[in-house]
Amino acid sequence: MIKLDSKIPKGPVADKWSNYKTSLRLVNPANKKKLDIIVVGSGLSGASSASALGELGYNVKIFCFQDSPRRAHSVAAQGGINAAKNYKNDGDSVYRLFYDMIKGGDFRAREANVYRAAEVSNYVIDHFAALGVPFARDYGGMLDTRSFGGVQVSRTFYAKGQTGQQCLLGTYSSLSRQIAKGTVKMYERRDMLDVVIIDGKARGIITRNLLTGEIERHSAHAVVLATGGYGTVFYLSTLALGSNASAAWAAHRKGALFANPSFIQIHPTSIPVLNDYQSKLTLMSESLRNDGRVWVPKEKDEKRHPNQIPEAERDYYLERRYPAFGNLVPRDVASRAAKERCDAGYGVGDTGLSVYLDFKDAINKQGKKAIEDKYGNLFEMYLKITGINPYEEPMRIYPAGHYTMGGLWVDYNLMTTIPGLYSVGESNFSDHGANRLGASSLMQCSGDGYFILPYTIGDYLADEIRTPRIKTDHEEFEKAEKAVRERIDRLMAVNGKQTVTSFHKRLGKILWDHCGMVRSEEGLKKGIEMVDQLEDEFWKEVKVPATAGEYNQELEKAIRVADFFEVGRLMCQDALDRNESCGAHFREEFQTEQGEAKRNDAEYAHVSAYEYTGNRQTELLHKEPLVFENVELKERSYK
Amino acid sequence: MEFKLKIWRQKNASAKGKFEDYTLKDVSAEMSFLQMLDYLNQQIIESGGEPVHFEHDCREGICGSCGIYINGRPHGPLTHTTTCELHMREFKDHTTIVIEPWRSKAFPVIKDLVVDRSAFEKVMQAGGFVNANTGSTQEANNIPINKKISDRAFDAAVCIGCGACVAACKNSSAMLYVSAKVSQYAMLPQGKVEAKERVENMVAKMDEVGFGFCSNTYACEFDCPKGISVEFIAQMNREFFSAKVCKSKK
Repeated sequence: MIKLDSKIPKGPVADKWSNYKTSLRLVNPANKKKLDIIVVGSGLSGASSASALGELGYNVKIFCFQDSPRRAHSVAAQGGINAAKNYKNDGDSVYRLFYDMIKGGDFRAREANVYRAAEVSNYVIDHFAALGVPFARDYGGMLDTRSFGGVQVSRTFYAKGQTGQQCLLGTYSSLSRQIAKGTVKMYERRDMLDVVIIDGKARGIITRNLLTGEIERHSAHAVVLATGGYGTVFYLSTLALGSNASAAWAAHRKGALFANPSFIQIHPTSIPVLNDYQSKLTLMSESLRNDGRVWVPKEKDEKRHPNQIPEAERDYYLERRYPAFGNLVPRDVASRAAKERCDAGYGVGDTGLSVYLDFKDAINKQGKKAIEDKYGNLFEMYLKITGINPYEEPMRIYPAGHYTMGGLWVDYNLMTTIPGLYSVGESNFSDHGANRLGASSLMQCSGDGYFILPYTIGDYLADEIRTPRIKTDHEEFEKAEKAVRERIDRLMAVNGKQTVTSFHKRLGKILWDHCGMVRSEEGLKKGIEMVDQLEDEFWKEVKVPATAGEYNQELEKAIRVADFFEVGRLMCQDALDRNESCGAHFREEFQTEQGEAKRNDAEYAHVSAYEYTGNRQTELLHKEPLVFENVELKERSYK
Repeated sequence: MEFKLKIWRQKNASAKGKFEDYTLKDVSAEMSFLQMLDYLNQQIIESGGEPVHFEHDCREGICGSCGIYINGRPHGPLTHTTTCELHMREFKDHTTIVIEPWRSKAFPVIKDLVVDRSAFEKVMQAGGFVNANTGSTQEANNIPINKKISDRAFDAAVCIGCGACVAACKNSSAMLYVSAKVSQYAMLPQGKVEAKERVENMVAKMDEVGFGFCSNTYACEFDCPKGISVEFIAQMNREFFSAKVCKSKK
């Protein structure tokens, strides 16, 4: 029986991390090089973990499925990275960043973890500046900041609309440096398909070499999963097409609890679905809501071109409903408000499933040049995809699946329920509660990797200095490899008629309709049934061409989609269990008269962590109560 | 829309490749180029064939995974556009589209349209970084940087590592890629400290892993999806000569 222990240190929240750090045990430099650490995933959290651990002298092996760590989807984060520097003298502080995240997450995150994330945010900015990350600067040469949704201070550091790219490339450079030094060994083009547990501890992984199809064994004293989110479960999402849940899910099958799976952020400003062949939805950064105004026509079935619709006939519904935050309300609120208008028949575009994001006023006031400086690459991207010039007419946007707050359950040390198995970045659940605020993902990923994990993992490894290098001929490796081979053989053997992608599309549609922006008991139950049926059909009808012993992109997809059925089912189970609305989780049975999310703190102020009990089994729910000692639980209002 | 596609098919690195012809009907002008390939692959799979392998990930022009030689140009007919951002409305109906992988000795073909770009990694590892350890750094605003210089460094830093510059170059030169990184760091105070060693090491590695020399055709700038300027090549040359001169004085 798994017992959840969050290991939150005692003492005032502001002192927890600094006191705790000094109490953690250390590993002496001579012993560090005898200790192997596997890092899976080379995005911002994985690459920062690997480079920081390499700098410390551990022997690190890092894995990614792309051809280079620079491709990881952190690269696509646009708007910025938060830090509590208070450079604008606008009253920001570590406490306020902490408070904004707790409130933004609708009081469903752990206070201690969030405070720590806010606390290390300032070091992250210092470190990136030292790595030569070219953040935007003002004319005095100081770092510039901008505002983001859900907050009233200006704390978001940025590099045009390519902040993720610049942070990732900075981290990639520090990783490259460690690879050159030999402290980190890079394994690219590998999919992690299982985690190997020996005597209760994570001791290695099984990977598939994507170019040769070879199944490989890799061992270590500890394993870190930095494998990102599972938003591609919806098929259409803002994520890269290769992003997947399989590594985290393999850990879940082996006993790592999965927390808050239904907390999935639907990002309000994505380019809408344009046609049936669409393979992904492109995000338009939240930073655009700094200057762009969101509106729909006041009349239903409006046929005029947006530029022809006079001011008085436009409904700036965010400004109307939320005067205090206006267009800068948090993502979950903005997404639902867009859905509400479209469902009520005011949506625009051919499908009626989009709203306008208009820069006319900002361009008139600040000039085209100023807007181009801030958002030039985003406007260009929009033009390329839609053929419409956003300098001349409003963008059309609609919500899209984006970020998963849920993920592997971790304690304060970022360790999962499997000893020696850690999870950092988006693949864990820890810092964003039921809704993530913009620009806090880059912040969390780099904080976890550079400034938290290197401390906490040392405390665990201090007990491992007498453990010799783990041998990969252990029977647990044998067993894990066999299971992986069997699963692949089973997929290859189906030899049906339908493509993997056709199943992924159908699964995505089921989950988007039944476990998307708005959920209901009836819909979720139906959703689970439909997922079951589709999974049955998949294992009878899917077609994976060629063989498993070669470069086979269809097989890669098939392995991932096979796992998504289970992920989707757990999302529905969790959404069904949580009889309240909070953050991105909105159950239509639980709303205020004004249509806002209605939390139930008495019964649901907890983390829901699930234990795998076999496919199609209802997973076992464990609850970690959330204790709020520093903030008062209240209705989250942005009015 | 309907197209005749001539696609390079090659089973693996050692196999001999060849062009194969496909006719693809009912293509929508709204499809992206990669969605068009998805659509083709779906039909190939359903009729029992092996789909065309190509690399892609973010599909929004930032990860640098995609890179296909389309009608004789890296990333196709549009400037400042990656393959994944290209849409079928840019092509004339009922025409032939020739689809090839990058062609460069330093980028061997792995399968179909997928090439091995790990030579880029080796160049990065030779010096594409600032030697700053985590935790050793000072308060960010203690190092003011002139906005113009910082913006210029950003212009160099937007490289996505796709390899179009190499594919476009008749000599398979990687000068644009390498110079973007060298220049970004050489301009910033954080990177200046080791600018000389960096440029020497990266240039030496670039030659070693099989990239060709630069003969100033500027094809790289023309075909770079991020519009990185050849002025950075000039800057790298200055950095390189200055490093060499300093060294010979010693």
